[in-house]
Amino acid sequence: MSAGIRLEGVGKEFPSRGGAAPFAALAGVDLDVAAGEFVALVGPSGCGKSTLLDLVGGFTRPTSGSITVGGRPITGPGLDRGLVFQQYALLPWRTALANVELGLEATRLPRRQRRAVAREYLELVGLTGAEDRYPHQLSGGMRQRVAIARSLAFDPEVLLMDEPFAALDAQTRETLQGELLRIWDRTGKTVVFITHGIDEAVLLGQRVAVMTARPGRITAVLDVPLPMHRRQGDVRSDPEFARLRHQVWELLQEEAPPVAADAPAERPAEPLREVVGVG
Amino acid sequence: MASPGLLERPPLPSVAAVGVRPTPRRARAAGRALRRLLLRSTAIALFLLLWQIAPSLGWVDRALIPPLGEVLTAWRELAGNGQLWSNTSASLQRALTGFVLAVGLAVPIGLLVAWYRPVRDFLEPLLEVFRNTAALALLPVFTVLLGIGETSKIAIVVYACFFPVLLNTVSGVGSVDHLLVKSARSLGFGELRVFQKVVLPAAVPSIFTGIRMAGASSILVLIAAEMVGARAGLGYLVTYAQMNFLIPEMYAGILTISAIGLLFNAVLVSLERRASRWRADLSH
Repeated sequence: MSAGIRLEGVGKEFPSRGGAAPFAALAGVDLDVAAGEFVALVGPSGCGKSTLLDLVGGFTRPTSGSITVGGRPITGPGLDRGLVFQQYALLPWRTALANVELGLEATRLPRRQRRAVAREYLELVGLTGAEDRYPHQLSGGMRQRVAIARSLAFDPEVLLMDEPFAALDAQTRETLQGELLRIWDRTGKTVVFITHGIDEAVLLGQRVAVMTARPGRITAVLDVPLPMHRRQGDVRSDPEFARLRHQVWELLQEEAPPVAADAPAERPAEPLREVVGVG
Repeated sequence: MASPGLLERPPLPSVAAVGVRPTPRRARAAGRALRRLLLRSTAIALFLLLWQIAPSLGWVDRALIPPLGEVLTAWRELAGNGQLWSNTSASLQRALTGFVLAVGLAVPIGLLVAWYRPVRDFLEPLLEVFRNTAALALLPVFTVLLGIGETSKIAIVVYACFFPVLLNTVSGVGSVDHLLVKSARSLGFGELRVFQKVVLPAAVPSIFTGIRMAGASSILVLIAAEMVGARAGLGYLVTYAQMNFLIPEMYAGILTISAIGLLFNAVLVSLERRASRWRADLSH
C-alpha cells in the first residue's frame, strides 16, 4: 500500500525574539509526489529540509498552505507515514527484533504475529541472525537497517527519510543506497528522501527536488530517467548521471553560491569508525 | 580485502558470527579482573594486619585501639549472647522500612514531577533546598515532632533516602534522548505510551543510581540517629559500649556497621548494573 503526498503553497514561520519579523523557514513550497514514487529532496543545510519533514511527519503545523497524504490532510503523526532519522533513534535497551516490533505495538496485531512480521522485515533489510543483538552491538549501517525495518514493518503508505545515510562512512553508505533501491522496488512504497548530497539525490530519486534557503523553497524539480539496473552498477561513471549531477549542482550554485560551495556532493569519507564498531 | 565493512554488503550470511567474541579476549579480561581483585584485597589485608600489630607492639595505646584479635573475640561474644543480632535486626528493620518507603514514594513522585515540565520548573528549586539540608540537621525536628521512638527514626531515613531517588528520577526522565521520544510519537503513540515505552525505560539506570545513593545514606543517617537516642540498634550498641568503656565491643559494633554497609551497597550496585546493562559504556 502506498499513497501520494501533495504539498500546496506550504509556508512555515517561526516567531523570532525581540519582536522582529517572524523567521520564514519555508515559503510557497509546492510538491506533488505520486504513489509509489521515489523523490529525493536535496539542498544545503539550513534550507528548511527538516522543517518540511517535520510538517509531513505531523509534528508541526504549516503556517500556510496544505499537506495531504493519500488525499487526507495531516492532523498529527500516524502510522500512514514511517520516519527514518539520521541518528537511527533505536531504543538502546531493546534488541534489534524488539526495536522493529515497537512500531507494530501501535497496531492491533497480536504479539505472536508482531514477532513474525518483525523477523520478516529484518530479513528484508538483510539482518537475519542479528535479531537478539542490542543497538550498541551493531555497526552504524546495521543500526540504520534496523531503523528502516522498523519503519517499514507497520506498512506505512509513505517512507520519510531525513538524511538517513549522512552519518555513515562512504562504503557503508553506498551499500545501503543500493539496498534502499532494492527495498523500494520490492515494497513499492512512496519515498521522500532528504539529503544534502547531490550524488545521493541523483542516484536514488526518480525525481530530484532542489531546495534553496532563506526562505526555504523548492526551486526546481528534475526528472532522473535512469532505470533501476543502471543505478545498481557503477552509476557514477554513467555520462547521463554526470550530466544530471552537474545540472543539480548548477541549480544549487546559482541560487545560493556561498552555501552550495561548501556543500560537497558527498561528505568526505569519514574514518571507518562505524566499521570498526562491528565486533 | 577482508575488512569488516564487507558485512554491509548484501546478502549478509555471517552477521551472527560477528556476535561471537573471541575467547582470548574474555580470558584476558578475567585475568585482569583477578589481578585487580588481588590488588584491592591486599590493601584491606595490610590494614587489618596493621590493626593487629600496632597495638600489640605498643605503637598505639591498646586500651583505646585494641588489636583486631580482641575485637573479633568481642564480636564473637556479642554474636553468641544474641546482643549483636538483636541490635542488627533493629537497625536493619528501620533502615529497610525507611528505604523502601522512600523509594516507593520518590519514584512515582519523581516521574510525575519530571514529566510535567511546569511542575518540574515550579518544584525543582524547593527540592534542591531540601536535598541540601543535611538530614541530620533535621534530627531535632523529627524528635520534637515524632518523639524518640521508631517513627522518628524511620522518618529521618525516609527523608534522607527520598531526595537522592527523587532528583535522580527527575534528571533521568529529563535527559531522555529527545529523538527517541520524537520517533515514538511518529508511530502515533499517545503521551502515556510514549512514557511507558520510552521515557520510563530510559530513566531506569538513573533511578537506580539514586536508589544506590539512598541505600548508603539510609544506614549513615540511621546509625547517627540511633547514637543520639535509642534503646536498640547498632548505633546504640556502639555508643553504649563507648560509654561503658567496652572498647573492643565498640569496635565490633563499628565493624558490623561497615559490613552491613558494604553488603547493602554491593546488592544495590549489582541491581544498578542489571538495570543499565544495555548502556554501551557500562557493558564493555
